[in-house]
Amino acid sequence: MRFMMLVKHAENLSGPPPKELMDAMAKLSEEAVKAGTLVDSGGLAPTAMSTRVRLSRGQVAAIDGPFTEAKEVVGGYAVFELKSKAEAIEGALRFMELHKKHWPGWEGETEIRQVFGPEDFPPKA
Amino acid sequence: MSATDTHRAIDAVWRIESARIIAGLTRIVRDVGLAEELAQDALVAALQQWPESGVPDNPGAWLMATAKHHAIDHFRRNKRLERKHQELGRELQTQQEMAVPDFDAALDDDIGDDLLRLVFISCHPVLSTEARVALTLRLLGGLTTEEIARAFLAPEPTIAQRIVRAKRTLAEERVPFEVPRGAELAARLSSVLEVIYLVFNEGYSATAGDDWMRPALCEDALRLGRILAELAPKEPEVRGLVALMEIQASRSRARVSSSGEPILLLDQNRAHWDQLLIRRGFAALERAEKLGGMRGPYALQAAIAACHARALTPEETDWARIVALYEALAQLTPSPVVELNRAVAVAMAFGPAAGLELVDGLTAEPSLRGYHLLPSVRGDLLKKLGRSDEARAEFERAAALTRNARERELLLDRARACAGSSTPPAEPR
Repeated sequence: MRFMMLVKHAENLSGPPPKELMDAMAKLSEEAVKAGTLVDSGGLAPTAMSTRVRLSRGQVAAIDGPFTEAKEVVGGYAVFELKSKAEAIEGALRFMELHKKHWPGWEGETEIRQVFGPEDFPPKA
Repeated sequence: MSATDTHRAIDAVWRIESARIIAGLTRIVRDVGLAEELAQDALVAALQQWPESGVPDNPGAWLMATAKHHAIDHFRRNKRLERKHQELGRELQTQQEMAVPDFDAALDDDIGDDLLRLVFISCHPVLSTEARVALTLRLLGGLTTEEIARAFLAPEPTIAQRIVRAKRTLAEERVPFEVPRGAELAARLSSVLEVIYLVFNEGYSATAGDDWMRPALCEDALRLGRILAELAPKEPEVRGLVALMEIQASRSRARVSSSGEPILLLDQNRAHWDQLLIRRGFAALERAEKLGGMRGPYALQAAIAACHARALTPEETDWARIVALYEALAQLTPSPVVELNRAVAVAMAFGPAAGLELVDGLTAEPSLRGYHLLPSVRGDLLKKLGRSDEARAEFERAAALTRNARERELLLDRARACAGSSTPPAEPR
């Protein structure tokens, strides 16, 4: 089963993440690569550099960021191939524990979304 | 956290940690069977304690520490028994060092080496192929006996017994817990790769049963392959196998119709191919090639799979290159199945008559007698040459030979279609 993890937090943080956190996250993702579960990941540029193309009331419009109304934005993602959602939750817990330990005061969340695969399209017999 | 949530969390922790725990314990106690028992005891302790106490901060370390305590108890008990035996004046057996091993020193070493040793012992040639598969899925894949039984459509007691016997054999034969060196390494590594690819193939085109594919098995095999590639980063064939599996798995969604029928490669909707896996496959193949040396059978097959992955439409397929790669493969690992695949590629590159000539040379091959793809390919080429009656007979023969229900239906459809217009070619691999 494939899962996408979306890490969300407030933009405009006081500063860059502490080095200890970066090191710990690097170690965690190295372990996941070694375990054959992490298949893709990336950090996202700030929303100041983003654009939303939106359809609303019959009008399509491109709106440049930043989007100050959003409390939390997606800052990064990771794609895992795992045996169960429980395994995804366990991974996300460990990831968030690192933040708790190394970045006091930080708040945010990891959203776990399953990516549908062949097994999710059972044949209509 | 509710008790159900805790149980789910324990399952997940087991899946993530069990291989490393068993590997570490095996090095200490020098017995895979005992190591797995100790790890299982720790799991039982977790199931009893965690719903009350909550999941510990470092659940892997908790399991390992608990297993370690069980191991110390085990050795102490043995030691006491031994003393009793001595007191009773029984005959002494060959003296083994029965002191409690130095667990902490052992645990501080690199766990990666232990995992690699566990891979090699699980795929050891003293075991039958079936036993190697079951033991590998169990010890390294973290699958339960029930999951393995379901995957291979075998009764659970059969699989359980297979695993017990395998562990006993390893103990009786005193198979060392080590990574083979020198000339032995190549042979032992190919035994490991064979097991992983066998698991993958059982998932990719199930040899029996009602489903054409069992994606979970493909994922298990891919995970094992990726782990092995990290453990043995300098082995080009490991990367080659990973590349092959990534690229083949990229087509999973495209090769089954919404009603469960298989869709042949050239008929697949390439928009449904998984670009992430294709990219990973290309990267693995590139690393295999950079590691140098002669291209091995898995790297060659991966290169063939990559030819298909690179083609945006079936017409863009570089069949001449595929023929050349099959020729290299045939030289390296000559086999009638490779010859059959080469014939398909030749037919695509140089016309059905050239392909049929090669296929006709294989019909007397004893090892292909029960192989449904031979009449299937032959039927396809005959059909293209306009020899519909002969084609129909071949498709019917192929349908009678396959054990996969979905594939049988497809072949019977093609037999029926021989009365009508042209049909798609057989799937090249």
